[in-house]
Amino acid sequence: MGFFSLFLMIFSGLLFAVLSILVSKILVKNSTNFEKALPYECGVESLGILNFQQKIGYYFYALIFLIFEVELIFLYPWAVVAKSLGFMAFIEIMIFIFILFLGLLYAHKKNVLTWN
Amino acid sequence: MTILKFILIPIIIIALFSIIGMFLVYMERKVCAFMQIRIGPNRVGKFGMLQTVADTLKLVLKENFSPKYIDKFLYNLAPLLAIIIPFVLTIPIAYSKSWQIWDINIGVLFITAFSSLSVISILIAGWASNNKYSMIGALRSGAQIISYELSGGLAILTIVMFSQSLKISEIIASQANGWWIIKGHIPVIVSFCIYMITITAECNRAPFDLTEAESELTAGFHTEYSGMKFALFFLAEYLNIFILSALGVILYLGGWQPFHLPNLLEFNNIMDFIPAPIWFFFKVFLIIFIIMWFRWTFPRLRIDQLLKLEWHFLLPLSLLNLIFGFILIMLNFIVK
Repeated sequence: MGFFSLFLMIFSGLLFAVLSILVSKILVKNSTNFEKALPYECGVESLGILNFQQKIGYYFYALIFLIFEVELIFLYPWAVVAKSLGFMAFIEIMIFIFILFLGLLYAHKKNVLTWN
Repeated sequence: MTILKFILIPIIIIALFSIIGMFLVYMERKVCAFMQIRIGPNRVGKFGMLQTVADTLKLVLKENFSPKYIDKFLYNLAPLLAIIIPFVLTIPIAYSKSWQIWDINIGVLFITAFSSLSVISILIAGWASNNKYSMIGALRSGAQIISYELSGGLAILTIVMFSQSLKISEIIASQANGWWIIKGHIPVIVSFCIYMITITAECNRAPFDLTEAESELTAGFHTEYSGMKFALFFLAEYLNIFILSALGVILYLGGWQPFHLPNLLEFNNIMDFIPAPIWFFFKVFLIIFIIMWFRWTFPRLRIDQLLKLEWHFLLPLSLLNLIFGFILIMLNFIVK
């Protein structure tokens, strides 16, 4: 099938979603009022829209994730040919992992990885 | 012929996914009832089998309501994105030897890459809803999914290293003389355990269901969604479980290949008699059953425990496991 299957599947996913939403739009009548349109907060009077501060911790996790995800992508081609490349490539990969592991240790030391 | 293919494949996949979605909801309720010594749904149809069909009809007939303060474009985009991802992910999955849409040479990488897109739809949904519960749920889910992706990827890497290919058909072919889990190398068993934990976390299933921890966040990122848009999220979640379990089956349980025992020709012939797709679906539902079993066995983790489990335990363990696996390969312990 080749690359075309990618577009075909995206299209069929879209088709499925749009069709099912369209059917329910045709079949059902909508009604709304002021109270119903407010953000849902378990029936308590709503405090209005989203305007609160988020924890910085999420950002740190995303940052460390990015580094390790790139490492993972580099490991994939190595893993496929790991056997034929032998120990030399393994040592190089180990150095690569070790440097990133130092980063993880640093993050751990800075208490980034502990939630508080 | 090719045009017929282009029409038939979407129809088959849409039908398959609808059936799988409905069946998984039914299975979830029945398994849950079984674990808690209840009967479960038993009124609609024989053994309550039409229960989810009735539920789906009900969801279609719910009104298409969206709240006032949402970001309209992103709010509508999120469920579409969520449902497209499992459809794309099904491309390299081999349901049997010839039932595969595209045997792409980087199949495993393809699945890992596209499955990590699901976090974007969750973040979009949380942001666009303009609701505090949605936003907290989405952020938690984002931190959780991206964290667990790392050890999941490293677990997969062990099998890639052993079978020396990223192509799904070659990974399955490398298990022709015994599934990886049955060959029983220690790194494979460790990586299988890590993979099971990881897919449970990536699908936001209990005990990692912090995203929609009902008692804290009402419903997490889909608090503001209702009717068909909620149904799309719901379906996408179950389909993601199905796809990741299918990948687990391909990596560890030999894909569509029947169960064989060495030196037992008659037994093997009987096993060969069962068609490959039935084997495949049987194994997938076995893994899904284990994931459902987790839900009723372990209590929900706190967010700090959850992140600690990943960063302080699973990630170093899976790195060490990879290195151990490599040493076994170089010492020629691994029978491919």
